[in-house]
Amino acid sequence: MANVISDETIEYVGILAKLALSDEEKEQAKKDMADMLDYIDQLGELDTEGVEPMSHIFDTCNVFREDVVTNGDDSENMLKNAPEEKDGMYLVPRTF
Amino acid sequence: MNDILKLTAVELSTKIKAGELTAVDAVEAVFAQIAEKEEDLHCYVTLDKEGALAQAKEVQERIEKGELTGPLAGVPVAIKDNMCTEGMLTTCSSKILGNFIPTYSSEAVLNLQKAGAVVIGKTNMDEFAMGSTTETSAYGATKNPWNTEHVPGGSSGGSAAAVAADECFFALGSDTGGSIRQPASYCGVVGMKPTYGTVSRYGLIAYGSSLDQIGPLAKDVTDCATILEAIASYDEKDSTSQKREDTDFTKALVNDVKGMRIGIPKDYFSEGLDPEVKEKVLAAANLLKEKGAIIEEFDLALVKYAIPTYYTIADAEASSNLERFDGVKYGYRTESAEELHAMYKQTRSEGFGAEVKRRIMLGSFVLSSGYYDAYYLKALKVKALIKKAFDEAFAKYDMILGPVAPTTAPKLGQSLSDPIKMYLGDIYTISVNLAGLPGISVPCGTDAQGLPIGLQLIGDCFAEKKLIQAAYTYEQARGKFGREDA
Amino acid sequence: MAKQYETVIGLEVHVELATKTKIFCGCSTAFGGAPNTHVCPVCSGMPGSLPVLNKQVLKYAVAVGMAMNCDITRYAKFDRKNYFYPDNPQNYQISQLYLPICRNGYVEIETEAGSKKVGIHEIHMEEDAGKLIHDEWEDCTLVDYNRSGVPLIEIVSEPDMRSAEEVIAYLEKLRMLIQYLGASDCKLQEGSMRADVNLSVREVGQKEFGTRTEMKNLNSFKAIAHAIEGEQARQIDLIEAGKAVVQETRRWDDTKGESYAMRSKEDAQDYRYFPDPDLTPIVVSDEWLAQIKAEEPEFRPEKMQRYKEEFDLPDYDIEILTGTKKMADLFEETTAICNQPKKVSNWLMVQTMQLLKENSMDPEDIRFSPEHLASLIKLVDDKAINSSVAKTVFEKMFAEDIDPEKYVEENGLKTVNDEGALRKTIEDVITANPQSVEDYHNGKEKAIGFLVGQTMKAMHGKADPGMVNKVLKELL
Repeated sequence: MANVISDETIEYVGILAKLALSDEEKEQAKKDMADMLDYIDQLGELDTEGVEPMSHIFDTCNVFREDVVTNGDDSENMLKNAPEEKDGMYLVPRTF
Repeated sequence: MNDILKLTAVELSTKIKAGELTAVDAVEAVFAQIAEKEEDLHCYVTLDKEGALAQAKEVQERIEKGELTGPLAGVPVAIKDNMCTEGMLTTCSSKILGNFIPTYSSEAVLNLQKAGAVVIGKTNMDEFAMGSTTETSAYGATKNPWNTEHVPGGSSGGSAAAVAADECFFALGSDTGGSIRQPASYCGVVGMKPTYGTVSRYGLIAYGSSLDQIGPLAKDVTDCATILEAIASYDEKDSTSQKREDTDFTKALVNDVKGMRIGIPKDYFSEGLDPEVKEKVLAAANLLKEKGAIIEEFDLALVKYAIPTYYTIADAEASSNLERFDGVKYGYRTESAEELHAMYKQTRSEGFGAEVKRRIMLGSFVLSSGYYDAYYLKALKVKALIKKAFDEAFAKYDMILGPVAPTTAPKLGQSLSDPIKMYLGDIYTISVNLAGLPGISVPCGTDAQGLPIGLQLIGDCFAEKKLIQAAYTYEQARGKFGREDA
Repeated sequence: MAKQYETVIGLEVHVELATKTKIFCGCSTAFGGAPNTHVCPVCSGMPGSLPVLNKQVLKYAVAVGMAMNCDITRYAKFDRKNYFYPDNPQNYQISQLYLPICRNGYVEIETEAGSKKVGIHEIHMEEDAGKLIHDEWEDCTLVDYNRSGVPLIEIVSEPDMRSAEEVIAYLEKLRMLIQYLGASDCKLQEGSMRADVNLSVREVGQKEFGTRTEMKNLNSFKAIAHAIEGEQARQIDLIEAGKAVVQETRRWDDTKGESYAMRSKEDAQDYRYFPDPDLTPIVVSDEWLAQIKAEEPEFRPEKMQRYKEEFDLPDYDIEILTGTKKMADLFEETTAICNQPKKVSNWLMVQTMQLLKENSMDPEDIRFSPEHLASLIKLVDDKAINSSVAKTVFEKMFAEDIDPEKYVEENGLKTVNDEGALRKTIEDVITANPQSVEDYHNGKEKAIGFLVGQTMKAMHGKADPGMVNKVLKELL
């Protein structure tokens, strides 16, 4: 049952997670991920047939807001945290 | 000065109200202690003496006017650095948030400020609360005040160490898999993780959203109950917040456990548990028995499955929660990339530490196409089974008693090399988060090295009061606990 | 013989809901604010912020689902769709995958070929993205989160359409239903309604679907029709050339009239959906459904029936008036003021429709108020202005929503009812046009038309044509 993580998988997960790993980090990540998956594979021992997956602990439901404007303009303060800003907007590398 | 530091939070505020001390005295006392200890311990990422003194002055005036009468008025508090504080640096002990100044405060901090507590600074932690030693912080490790060669535990290690070292009167931590209870145990203080939804998560920088809860780290059970009462609130900004009417937790500070049914899971005392820890925890159980509790061993199902379930769910949620750290809106941005996706990758690779990256990678993988059912969905199903196992236990017992961690605090530098071994240390705390339960850690002795050992009491959802009553009773029976040098 | 192909089309339609606030926070959805001024920690993805669902979004989504004959999901959830892009501040979009709010519905469309049902696979709620603006000067992109978190529903059809004509009919049907519900204004040009086209081709008679592509960036019915024609031709060409159609997302460039693939290596399209732990499930009760049903507005068929009974209008009028909610509202509100249903109908059907067409506007863009239209009708009824002046005034009203009464007054457009002045003018016209007078006396009835025209011209259009006729005949 030992999991083997390929270079392609690490490359692919790096794209999903937006992480650029060095070659050394990649090797480590392959090992770590394989070990963890081996460990997680223990869950396969349990019969979960018919068990409802539990995403929320409580039955709390229907938590709503009313459709009323409550927020004002705090752009000046918020933009102070921007790594780069121009004309009241966040500046990023070209997307087009 | 030193006398002030020996007071608990509740004792301090009583003296302030009585006019024997002022809030400013208290702030000055902790900053004097910080000046002496912080270089060795490194409990804090950010300290704000000036702001704290200004707050203390204002609070003192309001106390004198009779506007602030609560039991935390004028008490200096430290906040774990994953809770947003308006105008004060909030880093999650990560490089990626190295310069982030929130425009809002987390609800728990606002509740404390309403109660008149004085925020003095932000405590060190494992980066994004991922770790059990506070060694994954980008700003250096925190040391255990009991022995600086040892870790304080984690992830709320800075908060636990600050309380233990009298660098504050109490602190807030967050607990996703044991991150309050385990450092409380390692540092010999009281720590409590409330029922999921009791304290608002608004402003808490998420790690595993379905597991995260804020809670107190305190000098004793009385402080712990008092703080929890102040921070618990229904918050319309947090959809998972629970409406509770039983948050008058200090009412449970009653010295009586007669007839309480306490279950001891056999699996919590088997292989892997340090004999000294086992001995002290069982001695604590005996003490409760002497006070009239009914103690029984039982089989709690599925104990060993909690860790793989937890890491699947927590890492999956974390991989998504941490996507927002991308160099666009706040925090760190790489200087070495021109193109958008290269900017994302470089920023995140340079901004996150190794443990965070490890968890993001695993979390992204278990959610990825083709693996979701086998890993993530499977874990959610096992979580349901674990919850059911606890439901069955709480049908028979008022609470569950066990150790907090298999060992006392390890030495610095010993834990990070083998992640799975490190994760195994979470075995007694982690299922509490999966099932949304409350849990409290109370000091119950020391080992041969003089390091503290923690007793854990776990209750059913919304049964904090039972835990507080039992912990308080135990604490009274146990007597004083603290470092001899302190 | 050349092979015959069939085009198979399914649509994903995004509609911005007409709520006052965003889907998960109390920020305004109003257009036109300065960049990042309708933004808070929640909709800009600040750490520690948490979403709370706007109840009105759910109400609209359920109402739309009911109008489209869907099953309403009694236990629904929100999921996170994870992908990195700067317009998506959390780098995940809160959407619904596993338990969308509506499923399994249909709408009926009418085309030349008759009526047809188009299946609705599902309708889900989600948040809109922010706006990206390209800065040519610095060759970078600027991000504005004012639109981030504006509520959307995405209506996913079954692949039931076979032509551009059916697609347009389907979109018009959706638009009408949603506008009648007041859930959105559904303007394609402004992006409050957006359609992505999934298209494949197959040989006639073939059972399996061909490989489909998804086309984005279609912001007018014309662009949609062009893109469909372009894409079916492109796919048929590929197949005829023995090449495979690649499943991909393509962006339509309407100015060039062609599409291009959008995919890149960094865009893995593996969205890692999972239930959002920050939001609680939604449980829709019977009572709630009944309440939403009870609040349902009058839809087109009932409205058509009522117009016939209540206003006794011709079918043709009713067809046009009920074609959009805006027209119907305008008709009903104006009629309520002036009680002249047929006259109101005429203004809307003829002049209004004509001006809309000339200006390529939608009925939703109409600016004039029912009060002003009613007052214009009254001016004509009272013979205060003649019909040609009325048309001029209406054009002004259409453009600027002026008050017709005031406008007529201020510009001296009132009909001259002074018979003395009119007689004088007509005498001058008769003197100046002896030929026409002679023609008239020789039995050329048409000549009088010319003389009326000349009189009107001399009176600057402000005479009552009836009276001009009468006096002319008298003097001749």
